[in-house]
Amino acid sequence: MNWALRFLRSSIGLKLVMAVSGVVLFGFVLVHMIGNLQVYMGPTLLDEYGVWLRALGHGAALWVARGVLLAAAVAHVWSAYCLTRLNQKARPEGYRERMNRESTLASRTMRWSGVVVLVFIIYHLLHFTIGTVHPNFVHGAVHQNFVVGFRVIWVSAFYMIATLLLGLHLYHGVWSMLQTVGLSHPRYDLMRKRAAAAFAALVTLGNLSFPLAVLTGVVR
Amino acid sequence: MSAGKTMNLTLHVWRQPSGTSQGRFVTYPAPDISPDMSFLEMLDVVNERLIAKGEDPIAFDHDCREGICGMCGMMINGQAHGPRRATTACQLHMRSFEDGDTITIEPWRATAFPVVKDLVVDRNAFDRIIAAGGFVSTHTGSAPDGNAIPVPKTAADQAMDAAACIGCGACVAACPNASAMLFTSAKVSHLGLLPQGQAERDQRVLKMVATMDEEGFGTCTNHGECEAACPKEIRLEFIARMNRDFIRAGLRNRGERAGSGGTG
Repeated sequence: MNWALRFLRSSIGLKLVMAVSGVVLFGFVLVHMIGNLQVYMGPTLLDEYGVWLRALGHGAALWVARGVLLAAAVAHVWSAYCLTRLNQKARPEGYRERMNRESTLASRTMRWSGVVVLVFIIYHLLHFTIGTVHPNFVHGAVHQNFVVGFRVIWVSAFYMIATLLLGLHLYHGVWSMLQTVGLSHPRYDLMRKRAAAAFAALVTLGNLSFPLAVLTGVVR
Repeated sequence: MSAGKTMNLTLHVWRQPSGTSQGRFVTYPAPDISPDMSFLEMLDVVNERLIAKGEDPIAFDHDCREGICGMCGMMINGQAHGPRRATTACQLHMRSFEDGDTITIEPWRATAFPVVKDLVVDRNAFDRIIAAGGFVSTHTGSAPDGNAIPVPKTAADQAMDAAACIGCGACVAACPNASAMLFTSAKVSHLGLLPQGQAERDQRVLKMVATMDEEGFGTCTNHGECEAACPKEIRLEFIARMNRDFIRAGLRNRGERAGSGGTG
């Protein structure tokens, strides 16, 4: 396994860890958003979905998924940490003047959007999964927890800010991932950025709608 | 000098007597500059005046002055090689600036490119990356027949695009992470695309990437600043191609001590 360790510790290897763990996390974010759309289909569906998820594979599927996601998140953060350190060591002394030509807001804020999203995920777990920071958490009452949770204005505001930052992170992340794993062709390169933008927009709009729907009374 | 209008400029130039000494910005007025001068000719004029006053001229790298050798290069107002796309500092003309402009001139900044003096940096790290694998082995007998090895047109075109890299270091200088991946990918690709480069293709990418890492360059985060700064318009797709080659070579050479780096 020595070769694998050496391979993964190289600059491109670390980027690959980042890209592959990112794919797992992209997949989760998309499925999570689609699952939550059921909140628009009546007050009982989300609760039933929760029961179904917990029962899937005799209760094993949920824990397998949690294990995979935790591993992906740890790999993603670890590779980000290693790469950031390498990059900081590569230019300890900066320029007095520097003009950006091609980089985007999304690409330049990856580190910060990543940190905010990480903090958000911890808060989100305490809020809707464990319930410790929820004003009136009832285990299994997913729909009710959802509505009560989002009625708090500042909580909804934090969710929306984190969602927008996640959108930026996904946009740069998706197309960076394609670049890192080497999926590039002159004919499709423009399409890659558009696909990344479409994916990021889809997840962001879906997730933004949830707190807004509760605040405006569409979901009650 | 032509009888046309001249410009008066103010320069903020990084001055550093040697690699081990402290550097600082020094302000120089640069009056009566012709818009037809190249950026380096403007520095020549400033240096002539410094020499006449008995001061140390500003050291900068240059050679062909026709944009093909890769020797010149400096950060001009925060942009590698200055504001014009696909243009080296020697081919940048003062008509790209306005009368009364203030211009900040800095050396490339990267751990792998230590400052030698003023605007001159040591880019031997690039040579060591090339030495690690940027070559093809060939027999040295009589000249081979022309077109003995068929090369597909698209491969020839792409290889030529990658081979346009002059190794100036603007990609490293412009990259927020001081990454050399655009340079390394161009050098990996222009040989890897051709039939003559296939025999050493795996070892080439593994060794060149390992050397790139050892030299202390950063890693690509896909900003695209390198592509925008490159005077030869090397494209980001070569980085994707290098990543693809590296992954494939890594998987195919699992058992061997490949990628351990060194000088090939």
